[in-house]
Amino acid sequence: MPSICLYLHAHQPLRLRNFSIFNIGKNHSYFDEERNRAYLERIVRKSYLVTNKILLDLIKDTKGKFKVSFSITGILLEQLEKDFPAVIKSFQDLIRTGCVELLSETYYHSLTYLYSKEEFKEQVKLHREKIKKLFNYAPQIFRNTELMFNNEMAKFIEKMGYQGILAEGADHILGWRSPNFLYRVKGAEKIKVLLRNYRLSDDISFRFSNRNWSEWPLTAEKYISWINQINGHGQVVNLFMDYETFGEHQWEETGIFEFLKSLPYRVLENPNNNFKTPREVVKLFKPVGELDFPNIISWADTERDLSAWLGNKMQQASLRKIYSLETAVKKSKDPLLIEDWRRLQTADHFYYMCTKWFADGDVHKYFNPYESPYDAFITFMNIFNDLKMRLNPKEA
Amino acid sequence: MFGWEFPPYNSGGLGVACEGLVRGLVNQGVKITFVLPKKVDCQSSLCKIIFADFNIKSRIFNSLLSPYLTSKSYQDLVRRAGRGGIYRRDLISEVLRYGQAGRRIALAEDFDLIHSHDWLSFPAGLAAKKISHKSLVAHIHATEFERTGGHHVNQEIYEIEKEGLSKADMVIAVSNLTKTKIIQHYGIEPEKVRVVHNAVEYKDFMYLGGDLPDLKSSGQKIVAFVGRITLQKGPDYFLRAAKKVLDQRPNVLFIIAGAGDMERQIIEQAAWLDIADKVLFAGFLRGNELAKVYQMADLYVLSSVSDPFGMTPLEALANGTPVLISKQSGVAEVLHHCLKVDFWDIDQMANKILAVLEQPELYQCLKENGHQEVRKLSWQDAANKCIEVYKEVLNFSAI
Repeated sequence: MPSICLYLHAHQPLRLRNFSIFNIGKNHSYFDEERNRAYLERIVRKSYLVTNKILLDLIKDTKGKFKVSFSITGILLEQLEKDFPAVIKSFQDLIRTGCVELLSETYYHSLTYLYSKEEFKEQVKLHREKIKKLFNYAPQIFRNTELMFNNEMAKFIEKMGYQGILAEGADHILGWRSPNFLYRVKGAEKIKVLLRNYRLSDDISFRFSNRNWSEWPLTAEKYISWINQINGHGQVVNLFMDYETFGEHQWEETGIFEFLKSLPYRVLENPNNNFKTPREVVKLFKPVGELDFPNIISWADTERDLSAWLGNKMQQASLRKIYSLETAVKKSKDPLLIEDWRRLQTADHFYYMCTKWFADGDVHKYFNPYESPYDAFITFMNIFNDLKMRLNPKEA
Repeated sequence: MFGWEFPPYNSGGLGVACEGLVRGLVNQGVKITFVLPKKVDCQSSLCKIIFADFNIKSRIFNSLLSPYLTSKSYQDLVRRAGRGGIYRRDLISEVLRYGQAGRRIALAEDFDLIHSHDWLSFPAGLAAKKISHKSLVAHIHATEFERTGGHHVNQEIYEIEKEGLSKADMVIAVSNLTKTKIIQHYGIEPEKVRVVHNAVEYKDFMYLGGDLPDLKSSGQKIVAFVGRITLQKGPDYFLRAAKKVLDQRPNVLFIIAGAGDMERQIIEQAAWLDIADKVLFAGFLRGNELAKVYQMADLYVLSSVSDPFGMTPLEALANGTPVLISKQSGVAEVLHHCLKVDFWDIDQMANKILAVLEQPELYQCLKENGHQEVRKLSWQDAANKCIEVYKEVLNFSAI
C-alpha cells in the first residue's frame, strides 16, 4: 500500500534589471519590476490560479482524501501579495482545508547554508514568519534550496527542531535500495529523510509532453499502473516537482491539467492507496535503514549536484563576494540595504551564470532574462559594486 | 574555383576563408583549380593556381583588383598609378575583364563544377558557366549592402551581384544574416541558398610570448581591434567606446590593427576625443605579428556595423583571447562563449569591456570556454557542407 506524497515547489526570483557600470553610484534600483511582474502574470494566469482551483476541487470532491504539500518561497509570496493577492487567497483557501502541508525553507531561495549558518537561520526564520502571518501555519518539515542535502545538514536541521527533511533519491546514494521508504541519516539522530522518486516525478515534470518518449502520451491509467507495481515493496512514493510543472513547464494544451484532475481518482480506486503529506509520512512510517550522504546532492540536472550554481569561477566569485559583505551589511542596520543584499542571494542569479550547456541551448533558458551567462555575471557584479559602495560611501 | 586572393597575398579574411575551404575540400578528394585575377608570386601545395591575366596573349599586365575596393577607392588607386597606364579606368571594367578571362579558362581547363567567390569573380564564373554548360555555385562572403552599410550602394556592383546570384545554380552564404540579405535585397528564392559558416584552423596557432611585458606587468590592459578601418567594421564605435572606458579606467591601451579608407578620420577622431595617447595604430598585420597582437590583448572587439561573417574573433579565441562581438555579425551565429552587443550601443560596449578588464573570473571563463568552442569549429566541416551543396547541384543538373 504505497502512499503518494505529492509536493510542489513554488518560486519565482526577483530578476535583476540591466545595470551597467555607468549606473553604479547613481541609482540603487536593482530589480526589473516590470519584467518580473510580466513573467509572474503569465505564470499566475497559466499555472497558479488554474492549478490551485483544480487542487481545491480535488480535495473537496474526494472529501479530503487527496492531499498535497507546498513550499512557497518568501520572495514569491511577497511578489504575489503585491501584485496578485488572488493567488494568496487561493493558497489560503487550500490550507484551510487541512489537507495541505506547507514546508519550511529559506525566505530568499538562497544557497546561504553553504556560506553562513547564521544568515541561513535568519532566512529560515523570516520564511516561517511569513508563512505564519499569511497562512497561520507552522511547518515541521524542511526542504533546502534545490533540495541540496548532506549528512551535516541533516544534523543541523534536526537541531533546529525539524522532524523530517526532503532530498533527492539519487542512485549513487541509494545503490540497490529503494527511494520509496523512509531512512535515517548517518550522523543524525532522529530526523527522517524523504527521498524523491525521480523516475516517477520526472515522468510528469519533464517527460509528460515529450512526443519522442516511448510512453507518450502519459495517461493517469498508465501512470497508476506503475505506482501499483510498487505495492508491497514501498511505503511511500515521493513525487516532488516544481509547482510550475502544471500549466507552465507543461502547457495546458499537453493535457497536464486533465492528467492532474484524474490521477487522484485512479490512485484512490485501489483501497490500499492513499495520499499523505510529509509530516504524516514521518509520523506514520519507521525508517528502514540509514543512508550516508557525505557530499552535497541536489535534485538538479543529471549530475544531482550544485554545479549548475557553483560550477564555474564567475559563480564562485560572485557568491563569495556577496557573502563577504554579511557583517558590514548587518552592521549598517539599514533595512533597505539588508533586504537588497538578501534579494541578491537568490540562487537563480547564480544559475543564470551557468556555462555548462550554454552553447546547446537547453532547460537553463527557462525565464532567463539574459542572453548569456557572462551578461548575468556582469550585471550582478555591477550591482554588487553599487551595494558595496552604499556600505562605504566615503570610498565612492 | 574563381577567387581574387589567396594567402599570403590576402588583404583580409576572404583569402583566409578560400584557403581554409580549399584545404578541407582537397582533404575530401576534391580536385581544385583556383583562379586568381592577377599574377602574384603565389603557390599552393593544395591546388593548382592559375592567373587570369597570365594567359592573356594580347597583353600581359597587372590588375589593380583587390577584394575590398570600392569604385571610389579604385579610382584613387588609378589616379595614384598615373595616367597613360595599362589599367582600365574603373573597377567595374576590371571585373568584367576578369569575367572575359573566365570564358577562356573554362575552355582550357577540365572541371565538373564552377565555384565563384563574391561579385568580383561572378562575371568570370558566369562566363565559364555559359561556355561550358557546367553548374555554378555562387559563394557570398559579403554583399554590397554589407560593404557600404546600406549607404550609397553601387548600382553596377549590385547588378553584377544580382545577376550572379540569380543565374547561379546554388548560392552559399557565410551566415544566416547574409542569407537574409540575399533573399531580401536580391530576391533570390530561399530554397536556393545554403549557409556554410566560416571556421578557423586551430592547429595554426601557437603561443608566441606577448610583446609589451613591462606595460602588462604595470597593470596596463590592452583591448584590440583587428580589421579594415572602414565603415563596415565600425571603428568609430570602437573608438567612442574606448573613450568611455578610459573615462572610468585610464590604464587601458587600445590597439587598432588594419588599414582602410577611414584611417585618417579615426586618427583625427582619437585626437579630438583626447585619447590619442591611448590608441595605437599598428597598420596591416599578418602572420606572427598579428598573432602577437591577439595574444597580448586582454580582450578582442569586433564592432562591425554589418559583418556577413567576421573571422577575426575566431582567430582571437584560437590565440586564447576572449572576444566581444557585434550582434550584427555572422560570427555571432556560431559563437556562444563570448560577449555580444549591438554595435551602436556604446554604453554597453564600454560596460562589457570594463567588466572583462576588471573581473578576472569573467576573463578566465570567456577565455577558456571560448577557446574550447572555437576548437570545435573546423574548415573540414565547412568544406563537407560545400561538398553537400556540390552533390545537390550535380544531381540536379544530371536529371
